[in-house]
Amino acid sequence: MLTALLILWPALAALLVLLVKGQGAKKVAFGAALVELALGGYAWYSFDPANTSAQFLLTMPWVASAGILIKVGMDGISLLLVLLTVFLVPLIILASFRNNYERPASFFALILFMQTGLIGVFTALDAFLFYFFWEVALIPIYFIAGMWGGENRIKVTFKFFVYTVLGSLFMLAAFVYLYFQTPGTHSSDLDAFYALNLASDTQSWLFWFLFVAFAIKMPVFPFHTWQPDTYTTSPAAGTMLLSGIMLKMGIYGVLRWLLPVVPLGVNDWATVALVLSIIGIIYGAIIAIRQQDMKRVIAFSSISHVGLIAAGLFTLNEHSMQGVMIQMLSHGINVTGLFFIIDIIERRTGTRDIAALGGITQKAPFLTVAFLVLLLGAVGLPLTNGFIGEFLLLFGVFQYNAWMGAVAGLTIILSAVYMLRMFQRVMFGEKNVITENFTDLTFSEKAVLVPLLIMVFWIGLHPNTFLNLSEPAVLHLLDVIKR
Amino acid sequence: MTSIILLSIFGIVNLFLGFMKSKRALLPIVMLFLAIALVAALSDWNQLNTFFDSSSFSSMMIMDNYAVAFTAVMILSTLFIVPFTRSYAVGENANLAEFYTLLLFSLVGGIMMVSYENLLILFLGIEIMSVAMYILAGSNKRNVLSNEAAIKYFLMGAFFTGIILFGIALLYGATGSFKLSEIALAANALEPGTEPLLFMGLLIVLIGITFKVGAAPFHFWTPDVYEGTPTVFTSYMSTVVKTAGIAAFYKLLSAGFSGVEQHWYPTVVAITVLTLVIGNLGAVAQTSFKRMLAYSSISHAGYLMIALAAFNDRSQNALLFYSLAYSVATIIAFGVLKYVSDSRRSNEYEAFNGLGKSNPLLAFVLTVSMLSLAGIPLTGGFFGKLFLFSAALEQGMLWLIIVAVLMSAVGIYYYFRVIIAMYLRESEIERIPVSSFTTFTLISLVVLTVLMGIAPGLFIDLL
Repeated sequence: MLTALLILWPALAALLVLLVKGQGAKKVAFGAALVELALGGYAWYSFDPANTSAQFLLTMPWVASAGILIKVGMDGISLLLVLLTVFLVPLIILASFRNNYERPASFFALILFMQTGLIGVFTALDAFLFYFFWEVALIPIYFIAGMWGGENRIKVTFKFFVYTVLGSLFMLAAFVYLYFQTPGTHSSDLDAFYALNLASDTQSWLFWFLFVAFAIKMPVFPFHTWQPDTYTTSPAAGTMLLSGIMLKMGIYGVLRWLLPVVPLGVNDWATVALVLSIIGIIYGAIIAIRQQDMKRVIAFSSISHVGLIAAGLFTLNEHSMQGVMIQMLSHGINVTGLFFIIDIIERRTGTRDIAALGGITQKAPFLTVAFLVLLLGAVGLPLTNGFIGEFLLLFGVFQYNAWMGAVAGLTIILSAVYMLRMFQRVMFGEKNVITENFTDLTFSEKAVLVPLLIMVFWIGLHPNTFLNLSEPAVLHLLDVIKR
Repeated sequence: MTSIILLSIFGIVNLFLGFMKSKRALLPIVMLFLAIALVAALSDWNQLNTFFDSSSFSSMMIMDNYAVAFTAVMILSTLFIVPFTRSYAVGENANLAEFYTLLLFSLVGGIMMVSYENLLILFLGIEIMSVAMYILAGSNKRNVLSNEAAIKYFLMGAFFTGIILFGIALLYGATGSFKLSEIALAANALEPGTEPLLFMGLLIVLIGITFKVGAAPFHFWTPDVYEGTPTVFTSYMSTVVKTAGIAAFYKLLSAGFSGVEQHWYPTVVAITVLTLVIGNLGAVAQTSFKRMLAYSSISHAGYLMIALAAFNDRSQNALLFYSLAYSVATIIAFGVLKYVSDSRRSNEYEAFNGLGKSNPLLAFVLTVSMLSLAGIPLTGGFFGKLFLFSAALEQGMLWLIIVAVLMSAVGIYYYFRVIIAMYLRESEIERIPVSSFTTFTLISLVVLTVLMGIAPGLFIDLL
């Protein structure tokens, strides 16, 4: 029941927000997101990590005769992502407080509506329900990016939409095929999919149908071409939603709906997927070094970081799987914070051009500290959250194949290069006309950044809080994969 | 059965009501008539042959659940369409009562088309329905396009009705009966040498019905006729007429020719694929929203025909669900189009620019409608497509579904063009005034669409 409440509450709240006139909408939306956070906190509190089956389970027929269910529940893997979502959404709403968008009610209602889709994706245990939420999460972000976005938004967001829908149609086709392979009157229950014993060559092509959908969402090289433009064009809140939470849908999809459903297919193609992911790591990083727009630097760095997570997924050992879990949290937190800081700078100076900025440190010490901590987290310095994830992931990849591990390890050096290059040019150096009147963080901006910074150190210093939550579920998942 | 009698009587009563001074009073009365007819139709549910038993009418018609369900869809659609005629009552339009009467009569024809047991009733139903539509297509007397639409529709429609009659005659020659059940028996135990006769007759009837539902390759009349016909009647044409045609088509094949599948199966599959491809690719090229909807209606005829091509126990339910989802979404689209084109004097996509700002509600309902037609989840259109595709996949028709899925992806392109125009393009235009009654109708339609997308279990497996 709790899961259903977590899914339904943001949608209801979205309807409520739509009724609010003017700029009051954001306060209502923020309040609703805090309620959702409290619900998530309660779920965490009453969750039993030792139990590997789905908890807070709700099962009821959706299309009874066809065996399609409304089945939602959370195991450790789902819970971590739900927690990430309920933690980030209020911060993203708060981060938009200072941008006086036109039609604020629609803007904030769409964010909340998207939260429903995201939580639905992370908790759905029926294939068609999963697909349903997968698309429900897409529609609001399309409108957020399209209606409040920057230049070229029509073209860019349309490309994004068509790309992802095309990918998900492949996924739907695979689901329908799997559905018809289930015995009896058919069922789209996840457990029924796990129980299938399909021939190896069938799994082989099913792998690609599913992989394309998830790879586009993450995105993995070469399915990434929509990403930099969409991140750049979207308003800050949209970029944070896309990079902080939405790309985790793809990773989660692989964990839940690809690896255990077609394990023999994974056997056939894991190396190819790994190579693609590792190409993405290097490719994203090298392009990030050459970017002039701060948003594009982070966008390409995101391709690079996600490449490492994807590589970890396909090595199928415990270290890298736990690394995937912790790195999903870390990446969500760091990238959201970084995009917020870029938005702060853009709001004050009117530009994101690295060459045009400089000397902000002298005017804004708080901002500098926050920027530096998040940036070091993204680079993966010890004591920060990024270190734990990258260490586990690289360790896992190294175990799989030492050469791959070595190439993937370059990410540590390369990410330091592009991140510090950006930081140095934007924050240090001489003040100029643009940055002369830069003011430091306001209260509401601190209110967004402080929780993020706390999380950076929390995960960096005591990752076991979160690793222990997901460990039994991850081990169970690996058992299912290797059955 | 009662619904046919009631609707005929109401139609005649309505003609006399036309003498009233107040044209405004007509709409509520017609809606009341339709509501009564709907209740009467639904009261036949699970009441096979209780009112007029088969002996007294020698089984000309059968009001089984299949017929009741499609009758209900058609009456419900009409009930949702007529509120958009409100603006006709304020103009100098003297013929409002006649329009309503024609709609009611045409509905009678539609009900006959979904409940026939004898092929003569099918023919009569098609004629009754079509003749009313020929007139309504040309009802905007002073408009050249409307006149063109009526002439085109009438000439071709009459020709294809003749073709159907010819086919029925051949079928009679081959089987010695007009009754579906007897035809089915005769077709299964065919005397040697009569097979070509049966095959030709069936093929010719198929061609005639294909024309009526606007499926390729006999679709060429649709864009011009849809464009010229006054928008409200286009809406009726693309929902009620299409539902009746497809339901009649399925009934013909399932009740009469399920034993000789090999004779019609390749034809039906070919028509399906052709319709899907031509409808979707044709829609891409349009710059007018109304013409796009015409091609979209062709493409949806193609999706509906997937149920015919699959032809298994899932087909009926999928067909019913999809007809309802498609009708509801289409009525919204034409309803909003009517307001936009009335105030901006254009059917082009550009006319919708900035509608999201000037009329948030109209823009929102049209968005839901487009999402449903494109088959995006949260709307009835998604489950409609899922059920249709499942039916076909159960028959192992993977390649047909691959074509259909690719065409759905094409569909996203043209349906989103109007969403982009409404929300992402700017234009300085004034708010379009919308009456609260129409607003209510539009919202009910949206609620129905979303309900079908969230709780599809309520609407599937009725048959």
